[in-house]
Amino acid sequence: MRFLLKREMTMEKFTTLSSTAIPLDIENVDTDQIIPARFLKATDREGFGNNVFRDWRFDKNGNENPDFILNNKTYSGNILVAGNNFGCGSSREHAAWALTDYGFKVIVSSFFADIFKGNALNNGLLPVQVPADFLKVLLSEIKNKPDTQLIVNLELQTISIKGTSFKASFDIDAYKKTCMINGYDDIDYLLSKKQTIEAFEAKKTY
Amino acid sequence: MGKTLFDKVWDAHVVDAIENGPQVLYIDKHLIHEVTSPQAFNELKERDIPVFRPDQIVATADHNTPTINQHLPIKDLLSKNQLEQLSDNCKKNNITLYELGHKYNGIVHVMAPELGFTQPGMTIVCGDSHTSTHGAFGTIAFGIGTSQVAQVFASQCLLLSKPKSLRVTINGKLRAGVLPKDVILYIISKLGTNSGTGYFCEYAGDVFKNMSMEGRMTICNMSIEMGARGGMIAPDQTTFDYVEGREYAPKGEAFDKKVAYWKTLPTDVDATFDKEYFFDAEDIEPMITYGTNPGMGIKITENIPNINDASFEKSLEYMDFKKGESLINKPINFVFIGSCTNSRIEDFRVAADYIKGKQKAQNVTAWLVPGSKQVESQIIDEGLKDIFVNAGFELRQPGCSACLAMNDDKIPQGEYCVSTSNRNFEGRQGQGSRTILASPLVAAAVAIEGKIIDITKQLN
Repeated sequence: MRFLLKREMTMEKFTTLSSTAIPLDIENVDTDQIIPARFLKATDREGFGNNVFRDWRFDKNGNENPDFILNNKTYSGNILVAGNNFGCGSSREHAAWALTDYGFKVIVSSFFADIFKGNALNNGLLPVQVPADFLKVLLSEIKNKPDTQLIVNLELQTISIKGTSFKASFDIDAYKKTCMINGYDDIDYLLSKKQTIEAFEAKKTY
Repeated sequence: MGKTLFDKVWDAHVVDAIENGPQVLYIDKHLIHEVTSPQAFNELKERDIPVFRPDQIVATADHNTPTINQHLPIKDLLSKNQLEQLSDNCKKNNITLYELGHKYNGIVHVMAPELGFTQPGMTIVCGDSHTSTHGAFGTIAFGIGTSQVAQVFASQCLLLSKPKSLRVTINGKLRAGVLPKDVILYIISKLGTNSGTGYFCEYAGDVFKNMSMEGRMTICNMSIEMGARGGMIAPDQTTFDYVEGREYAPKGEAFDKKVAYWKTLPTDVDATFDKEYFFDAEDIEPMITYGTNPGMGIKITENIPNINDASFEKSLEYMDFKKGESLINKPINFVFIGSCTNSRIEDFRVAADYIKGKQKAQNVTAWLVPGSKQVESQIIDEGLKDIFVNAGFELRQPGCSACLAMNDDKIPQGEYCVSTSNRNFEGRQGQGSRTILASPLVAAAVAIEGKIIDITKQLN
């Protein structure tokens, strides 16, 4: 198993990443698939990578499913390239913890569910949303050439295939971008606003 | 230009804003449960940050609780530990917990409205995507991740960008036997599972105006299944009547003052939405799902569509269904009536009304799981329990149960379950289980017949 990175409580800084990628050509991947509910009994954030995509990776007896892409040794890397509407369903942040614990640093899709996207950003996992056409080409390139190197540049907000002109730009909230680049999280900012929050509470009109 | 219901509630809660970035949104009520809170409590502890407003937090145990013998110690050690951590964390931080066995314990989205915690015009969050349920009261309510749970603990606020607005209007009168669950499954089948992503959805028109609060909660509950963070219905007399007199609702003059404010909340006539959809109530019929996301729904009388798409085919393969086939007469061995979508008293009344005088089919295991201790008491007081027991159904104790199968309530591998819950994802109700979503009426009928039937024939 590829535990490339253990997440710390504080956010890891993110600037650029060059890596091969794993093509998960399935749409509507829900968070129940990313981490099934029966693994949510843990009370810390560590170790969820063991069970990421559990029921797609293993059968009921714990044997590897050779058809599932994560078990195909041809493909590796810190980038998961997935079908449309990735991360739909449950709000469980365990999904983001499982993906980062397994070693992913970037998820590419043509569409992300809201809650998952926020959870990913809060854990230093970068969701890169690209146009559907771009995703299609990306998936087929990686499938055909598993050593395809992708370059994700957060500063410039671009994703490209190394050594080619194939490139797309992606959107990210300016505040979240600063957080990702510097490893900040929201709590420190909110705590700095304590006085404003207390003043709001005192003057609430509703 | 006029404002929407959503605009009015959102704007009243903006504390501050980051230039070209998110806003600081004040949260009135924070609901927590055992599964998504422990890591947030740990984070606060490690960073030595106190819980800012413990009085605004309501805690319950629901996801991981057994639904039989709740008075006995919990056998599963991991579940036991998780529940103990919740008790411990609440105690240390002065948070009121309605723990297992408490007379107000229940699924967070059933017990909070029941106790009057949920009120119009509020902002409510919970580490659970079905927090959208509370939007039925004209509330901005949405699910959050555990990092955000920690943020609300620390500051009673969240950093958020304002979502776009979407309105679904359905006018006309629903046909007999068409329940709120059918309405929302119909909407999602038409719009798809991601049409609402990035939006907050308002439901408007005759159908929702004429709906009970229980029905409105079923509708708003499943907003997340079309991707919308939340759904809302304008508060009206039905809302005020539901809230009035509940344990934690304002009383007397304070209540009247609130009602006067709540009456100002509905969307202005000249307000505009980023997206609008219109449907006709007459077009809606009892629904069922055939695939592995809630958007894969059809009228019970329709056949599975013929779509050439790899993800669609993967889904049908999992369900062991074929393109173009009808689901009528499919044998079903498991029926589940429960979950934060359909475990309120009205849902059990509908089921009991159909079941009365009939017998459950031999092949069916049927679990009825009330949403809360209060719903359980109502079922007993109204004599519904006798109807269920006489018909061979099992009335269990409150909890999330087989909706997500975190406890022992699991559907076996390969089996179909006609379920009143909200998600038909692969393995959602147990490894290898196959979920078919439906209303409590359809679920009750399937339990009696032991197979999927064309309920519309009985209704006409």
